[in-house]
Amino acid sequence: MTAQTLPVTVIGGYLGAGKTTLINHLLRHADGLRLAVLVNDFGELPIDADLIESRNDNVISITGGCMCCAYGSDLMAALADLDRLEMPPDHLLIEASGVGLPDAIAQSVRLIPRYAIDGIAVLADAETVHKLGKDQYLQDTIERQLDAADVIILNKVDLASDEGLEKTRRWLSGRAPDSRIIEAVSANIPLSVLLGSGMEHVFDEGQGEGHNHDHATHEAAVFTLDRPVEPEMLAKRLAAREVGLVRTKGFVQAPDGGFYTLQTVGRRWSVSEAPSSSALQGRIVCITHRPPIDAEKITLIINSEC
Amino acid sequence: MTAPTTIYSARRILTMNPSNPEATHVAVRRDRILGAGSLEELVGWGDYTLDDRFTDKVLMPGLVEGHSHATEGSFWRYVYCGYFDRTDPSGKTWPGLRSVDAVVERLQEKNAELGEGEDPISAWGLDPIYFGDVLVSRADLDRVSTTKPIGIRQASGHIMSVNTKALELSGLLRTGIDHPGVPLDTEGLPTGEMKGPDAMELVAAHVGLDRKVMSADEWGFRQFGRLCVRQGVTTAADLANPLPTDAVEMMLRVTGEADFPVRIIPLRRFQGVTPRELIERSRELREMSTDMLRLGRVKIHADGSIQGFTARIRWPGYYNGAPNGLWYATPEQLQEIYELALEHDLLVHTHTNGDEATELMLDMFERALHKVPRPDHRFTLQHCQLADTAQFRRMKKLGVCVNLFSNHTYYWGEQHYAKTVGPERAQRMNACATALREGVPLAIHSDAPVTPLGPFFTAWCAVNRLTPSGRVLGDEEKISVADALRTITIGAAYTMKLDHEIGSIETGKRADFAVLEDDPTAIEEAELKDVRIWGVVQGGRVFSAADI
Repeated sequence: MTAQTLPVTVIGGYLGAGKTTLINHLLRHADGLRLAVLVNDFGELPIDADLIESRNDNVISITGGCMCCAYGSDLMAALADLDRLEMPPDHLLIEASGVGLPDAIAQSVRLIPRYAIDGIAVLADAETVHKLGKDQYLQDTIERQLDAADVIILNKVDLASDEGLEKTRRWLSGRAPDSRIIEAVSANIPLSVLLGSGMEHVFDEGQGEGHNHDHATHEAAVFTLDRPVEPEMLAKRLAAREVGLVRTKGFVQAPDGGFYTLQTVGRRWSVSEAPSSSALQGRIVCITHRPPIDAEKITLIINSEC
Repeated sequence: MTAPTTIYSARRILTMNPSNPEATHVAVRRDRILGAGSLEELVGWGDYTLDDRFTDKVLMPGLVEGHSHATEGSFWRYVYCGYFDRTDPSGKTWPGLRSVDAVVERLQEKNAELGEGEDPISAWGLDPIYFGDVLVSRADLDRVSTTKPIGIRQASGHIMSVNTKALELSGLLRTGIDHPGVPLDTEGLPTGEMKGPDAMELVAAHVGLDRKVMSADEWGFRQFGRLCVRQGVTTAADLANPLPTDAVEMMLRVTGEADFPVRIIPLRRFQGVTPRELIERSRELREMSTDMLRLGRVKIHADGSIQGFTARIRWPGYYNGAPNGLWYATPEQLQEIYELALEHDLLVHTHTNGDEATELMLDMFERALHKVPRPDHRFTLQHCQLADTAQFRRMKKLGVCVNLFSNHTYYWGEQHYAKTVGPERAQRMNACATALREGVPLAIHSDAPVTPLGPFFTAWCAVNRLTPSGRVLGDEEKISVADALRTITIGAAYTMKLDHEIGSIETGKRADFAVLEDDPTAIEEAELKDVRIWGVVQGGRVFSAADI
């Protein structure tokens, strides 16, 4: 990802899974990150009045440089409008409609070179998703949504019965064997987990092998690497489900001498050429949600022949 | 003082009033009908002027198009590139183009007319399936110009063909594109065919085909009025308009003019708002209604199109094995809109193409109706092309009306037979005879600009069920001329809940007539589409096609 591209996270999931709650949560906790959010309609979006700087038919400007736009049926026009802004946002979130297919949205976003897909997150209501997945009319739509997910947010786990939740977990794991499943209450997911914000901050704090627990549910750690690796192979291994990472960002040198940035979001991984060696050379920051970081496993991956 | 009475004489008047089916004279006072009968029966209304200009004409109730879009008028800004002959608002018939070369030639003429410059050439109506499904590539269109961007919106509305310049301006002339809507050539560059709304939207503005311009296009709206006069239409639905404030203001102003010739029924599309907002806005719109602009009705899309493989189809799915289509609304949204609309007495029309979408509409509507019972609601299924007999029986029980897309049999029947749904289901598509047999209130439509506005052509399709190759597709679903004529008048009026005002020639109704040179009941069924239309009387005002 170059400096000019704008990372995009597509947020999918059926009606009532918590997409609006998640967006509100992210806007409230943007903490200096300039988020732009494209929603299908403003609907029930309960943005606190004191946060709203201005509002017209299609755009709500929010204190702190965030904005929310309703795109209706015209996503491409909204993306083009956003592309013309003088002060581009740091990260773009696109909310798919309840029956929208998030991978189709991601494909369309990629038609505009300025945007780069960071990841696809699909919310699933822990109480209802299993039933919806068997619905006469919705089964294939729900399956297509879940299949598209790099990260599945199993939301409202507090409302599901233990037995029901266990069943849903098993069904989801079978349904989406590669994607990361993270559990949440009221779509409360830290920005660093979902959007990777503040990962550089972790680099600053973490000296050598460092852990950072600034949130009860997620964990970040920095690993160091003192030799060249094949960046693609390493990225692929770090994105594997059994490692359990939600996000990874690292700066590595390949055996051919080139410098690369690698990134993973759930099962998705990407490698891009870095302009030159950086101070963060050989450093990889890893983030999990709920399960603790398996430092031993990650160290093993990093040190194995890549 | 009583307003003056005009009595028109005619060769024959087909009233669509079952208790008085035929007349020779009709008396009009201001914008309404005093009565129809013989001159002798009408003189009792008092002083009158006898107007014999229609003495050798046949009068029918003004035709009602229950599913069209006023954007048909706007498209005539652009170059027509369709396979079939089509008449523009001025009455000029543009011959159909039978090859890619012919398309290129017509665009070259336009290019010469435009001269130097970089303004786009915008065109519409192309249907390459009739050229043997060939690709109309950017290389073809580059033969027209390499300096002007060129875009042709294809007839189905789902594909746009563009030239190299247009791709360049849209930032798409590059390798590495990975999108199902952007097919690539052997060099890895886009072929110039842009499929689906997202891919089309990227190039649309660069080739002058931006959709946003159309919803409040006054010029196009006026052209639509002219087209209606040419086709004998006095009331037409503008079936899915987002109805932003500027569009409503424009429509109110233009339809309020003394010489605007057609009553428009715009339906507010469910898009970009919540069900509650939709209902709230529709209630506001209803209060703004006039005789000539009937606001306050609602349109929802449940699925996509059959020929675009985006319609939702029940098992066993598409004949060629394509995956099932897309939902455009959730079941919950449908049910919520139905409940709220029943509560507030708003009429909802639901677009369903595939039979699974129809099934979903019926399921959600049945639930809503149990919660909020309302007799005589007239909720209508639009297109509803694949419904089977069991679904028509359910419609009858639930009081649901249907407006079938009969023109499809002609324009895409062969594709449905060979590719989309296969022979058996293609024969039951747009099953007018089943609808009538099961007692479901029926209308038929053009969906203009998808196919040309023209209720007599639509009636011809329902009566003959012919494809361009001469195949009769579904002999059992043909209906009689008499039924077809009722369907394009009182039938369509009923689905709009306007049958008490329009759709037949009888005392008290609006003085809306289609004025015909030929008697549609006295010609061969095969000629129904060729009925010559002199013009219309709309609200007592006379509009001839020759002078419109």
